[in-house]
Amino acid sequence: MNDTLMADNIVEQAAAWRAAGRRVALATVVSTWGSSPRPVGSQMAVDDRGSMAGSVSGGCIESAVAHEAAKTMEDGEPRVLSFGITNEMAWEVGLACGGQVQVYVEAVE
Amino acid sequence: MKREILDRLLAAKAAAIPAALVTDLSSGLQTLVYEDTVHGGFGLEPDLLDEVRRRIRQDRSGLLVDPQDEDGFRLFVHVHNPAMRLLIVGAVHIAQALAPLAALTGYDVTVIDPRGSFATEARFPGVKLNHLWPDEALAELKPDVRTAVVTLTHDPKLDDPALIAALRSAAFYVGALGSKRTHALRLDRLRDEGLSEAEVKRIRGPVGLSIGAVTPAEIAISIMGQITCVRRGENHPC
Repeated sequence: MNDTLMADNIVEQAAAWRAAGRRVALATVVSTWGSSPRPVGSQMAVDDRGSMAGSVSGGCIESAVAHEAAKTMEDGEPRVLSFGITNEMAWEVGLACGGQVQVYVEAVE
Repeated sequence: MKREILDRLLAAKAAAIPAALVTDLSSGLQTLVYEDTVHGGFGLEPDLLDEVRRRIRQDRSGLLVDPQDEDGFRLFVHVHNPAMRLLIVGAVHIAQALAPLAALTGYDVTVIDPRGSFATEARFPGVKLNHLWPDEALAELKPDVRTAVVTLTHDPKLDDPALIAALRSAAFYVGALGSKRTHALRLDRLRDEGLSEAEVKRIRGPVGLSIGAVTPAEIAISIMGQITCVRRGENHPC
């Protein structure tokens, strides 16, 4: 079975990438308002090759988060990102997601 | 995340020990809180520590704002509890569909069946198998509030002891396969065994959401849908 589909194993994925010598950042949904598509605690791991595992929304903000994650991998500084997902934006990406999410991005040492 | 914190978190998850990773969003410092100990980068006042442990028990990740601090000192509590469990009684055809579906949903699945020809590795690759009689198996596996139990054998000799044990446990979901008629007969037997009306009413039977399921895979979907509904769907009929 595809392990990346299984719930709650993103930290393990991040650790595995780190152990393989890659730089890794971990993004975690820390708060939500309205009808955000992924609950608090949802995670996405990103590595320095652009690999992604997990998600922090229904696909609306993942690329923006990955972009910020690259900065965190670079400077090691954690970041708190806020997104308000408008209906227009949801329409653009073809997903029925709205609401607001706050995402914490940290480097994995 | 510091290497030491990461390693400790992974160890806790691997050992199925409940833990919460508490992150100070201003500094990035992190502390791991267990039921009995604390380990990490900053200390927590006793009342905050109590609140973090309450969150672990409630399985509720989220922000924690210190009311003493007007500067917006913010902590994020990320609860890492062991996986929810599904105990399937009866290594039957439907179980072959339900076990992988439940695993995909994030459940730690055990299939219980004392009949050696049913509960085989060939029929259930990679699934935990338990060959004890169902009541003994449940006594060993101790269903808790994060456990669902489903009986699928159609055989009262196997299903009934499992149901009695499940109904007297804290399992959040108890389901039994069988038609309305079969289920009515089952409830009569369980009442005769001394179970109360409130206890037998906990059984979801006929099991699963009413979606017209026919094949084993479809029935597995209806069962997994109902378990999900009971767990998540506060205001939905399940």
